[in-house]
Amino acid sequence: MLGKLSLSAIPLDVPILVGTFLGVAVIGLAVLGAVTYYGKWGYLWRDWLTTVDHKRLAVMYIILAIVMLFRGFADAIMMRTQLALAYKGNPGYLPPHHYDQIFSAHGTIMIFFMAMAFMTGLMNLVVPLQIGARDVAFPFLNSLSFYMTLVGALLINISLFIGEFAQCGWLVYPPLSEMQFSPGVGVDYYIWAVQISGVGTLLTGVNFFTTIVKMRAPGMGWMQMPVFTWTAFCTTVLIMVSFPVLTVTLALLSLDRYLGMHFFTNDAGGNVMLYLSMIWTWGHPEVYILVIPAFGVFSEVTATFSQKPLFGYKTMVYATCSIMVLSFVVWVHHFFTMGAGANVNTFFGIMTMIIAVPTGVKIFNWLFTMYKGRVEFTAPMHWTLGFMITFSIGGMTGVMMAMPAADWILHNSLFLIAHFHNVIIGGVYFGYIAGMGFWFPKAFGFKLNEAWGKRAFWCWFVGFYLAFIPLYVLGLEGMTRRMNHYDNPDWYPWMLVAEVGAIVIACGIVCQLTQLYVSIRDRNLPENLDLTGDPWNGRTLEWSISSPPPAYNFAVIPDIHGLDTFHTEKQLGLKAHGKPLAPIHMPKNTSAGVFIGLFSFILGFASIWYIWWLAAIGLIGIVATMILRSANRDVDYYVPVSEIEHNEEVYSRRIAAAQAAE
Amino acid sequence: MAQAHTAHDSSHGSYSAYLIGFVLAVILTVASFAAVMTHALSPGMALAALTVLAVVQIVVHLVFFLHLNTSSEQSWNLMCFIFAAASVIVIIGGTIFIMHDTAINMMSR
Repeated sequence: MLGKLSLSAIPLDVPILVGTFLGVAVIGLAVLGAVTYYGKWGYLWRDWLTTVDHKRLAVMYIILAIVMLFRGFADAIMMRTQLALAYKGNPGYLPPHHYDQIFSAHGTIMIFFMAMAFMTGLMNLVVPLQIGARDVAFPFLNSLSFYMTLVGALLINISLFIGEFAQCGWLVYPPLSEMQFSPGVGVDYYIWAVQISGVGTLLTGVNFFTTIVKMRAPGMGWMQMPVFTWTAFCTTVLIMVSFPVLTVTLALLSLDRYLGMHFFTNDAGGNVMLYLSMIWTWGHPEVYILVIPAFGVFSEVTATFSQKPLFGYKTMVYATCSIMVLSFVVWVHHFFTMGAGANVNTFFGIMTMIIAVPTGVKIFNWLFTMYKGRVEFTAPMHWTLGFMITFSIGGMTGVMMAMPAADWILHNSLFLIAHFHNVIIGGVYFGYIAGMGFWFPKAFGFKLNEAWGKRAFWCWFVGFYLAFIPLYVLGLEGMTRRMNHYDNPDWYPWMLVAEVGAIVIACGIVCQLTQLYVSIRDRNLPENLDLTGDPWNGRTLEWSISSPPPAYNFAVIPDIHGLDTFHTEKQLGLKAHGKPLAPIHMPKNTSAGVFIGLFSFILGFASIWYIWWLAAIGLIGIVATMILRSANRDVDYYVPVSEIEHNEEVYSRRIAAAQAAE
Repeated sequence: MAQAHTAHDSSHGSYSAYLIGFVLAVILTVASFAAVMTHALSPGMALAALTVLAVVQIVVHLVFFLHLNTSSEQSWNLMCFIFAAASVIVIIGGTIFIMHDTAINMMSR
């Protein structure tokens, strides 16, 4: 009746997990209690959970990403602490069974549920505003994508308290992930969490590709698109090409596990190496899916805070597109040691080195944008400068490892771990946090606190170097990744330094939380309020409307005459176009996404535990909700002109108030 | 839905186009069968011939039945098709290149 599920699946014998569960339960109950106490369930359901508004979905994505950052970082600091302790006679506090789950969960959560969710959140918030659109092309799919991501995140976190998580790394390489060696439910949790959230990501890719292609404001040709939109466009292309490969690879692995097939087994004609090739055919474009939008953020931040147009807009676009194409022909560099011959390794090694060229072009473009500009050293600009330094170092160690001969020594060592954290923290994370600080006033109408933002930056920046430069050294000294215990006295001091680094990063996260708290507390102070909708003297269309924007974004769709039209018109003192207002066609909110998410959760959880009757209910529920949604013709409405006029009037009063304050 | 259909009428092609496509498809199909059944070609050559005929068959279907051409209203479809084909060539071709080389190098075949 309950498949593999029994009371013994709950790890009551692990005190860390029991403590975590109590903590999560207390916080969860407190949140639910607060929502009930203030009578906010109706508001939450109508205005947030069932929303199809891209700006609100963006906020929910970023909240999910921040929660997942805590989970992923908790895993990280636990690993560092284990390695600071587990030297010589001391076994540390994490047994291998638990430690292996932690490093697998850390990677999976940080990539799929922190970085991907954050990236999608920023794209949701910014892309429609930058191109002068009133929503994305498929608003309901957008809501559905969010719930798919959320369900994946829920499944992976439930594995903490019911059953176990995978113990074979964040890409669950076979044959270790096959039934023969991983008979538990850990790998199944991985497969279902990643597959369900993968559906969401693929739908997001299709949705934003269509939005950018079809919904740009009149006059905005390809070469008048803001750089962030360009990077979002390249990312959606990468998503559409690479995510189906991931889906197929994991589907084949699940056929092996569930139906006893032999795609990647050791025996009966299975080929383990094919899995490596397939997973990295997705995996390498994936890291560019994450970092390309971060490049877009840096371009917007640098241009805005240097008070200059971006240097080399066209080369920036061409560089982004070349990175997009090249990222598809480098995947073997993740497994040079697998045993392919010199032809294959040379080809992919050279391709990997070539990809550093367009990336270098971008770095120089940002430097020249700042050159002779009036640079304002705001918190987003701090993250950007920190990125340029950190990412350049990470890029150079990457080129080192692109050499197959060097990679044979460095493969699977801590040098590799240092390298990819160097580019992912220094590139992706710094970028997303810069973007969050930059666009926060647009989403909420008030700025984030600068002082705490800079403190957070310095803790992250210093903490990063303390935590990861030792790993470069350790890698060169021969320490491999995923090690639970060691005896080498040369490694011990470096491990202690890395632990200090992790603690400094923890201070950075505390500063970020404080920043959010202080900013919300002081939101009504005049210097924090964003009355004009243009707090930074911005260049692109999102700054031409009020903060936060009305649901329909633009009362009148703007006409575009060139790059940075909004900024040019602002300089020339041109007034708004004075076009007549017309009723605006908008999508209605829908609960279909919530219910499909709920049934997907049931399907995933039941399949993990082999509860087949429940899985059938989940599947039928998904199809039935889809049919009901498709049969519903009442999906849109018109915003009347009187309401638009009212909003416009409120906005002009706010602008007048801001001008009076000056 | 009714309006959606009328908008597409222009690209539905003419009777003669369908006829040409059908005749070409039949010739290519018969040729494929002939290449194998007559034993006129060596197995390796037959495989090569079948591959070429199959690719030509795909192009014939695309042009005459799916109306893919270089006109402006089809440009996005054409672009998506070329893009998909390029991705497939990179992914499948790349995988074959890697796995073949690995198999030779590791003497697993």
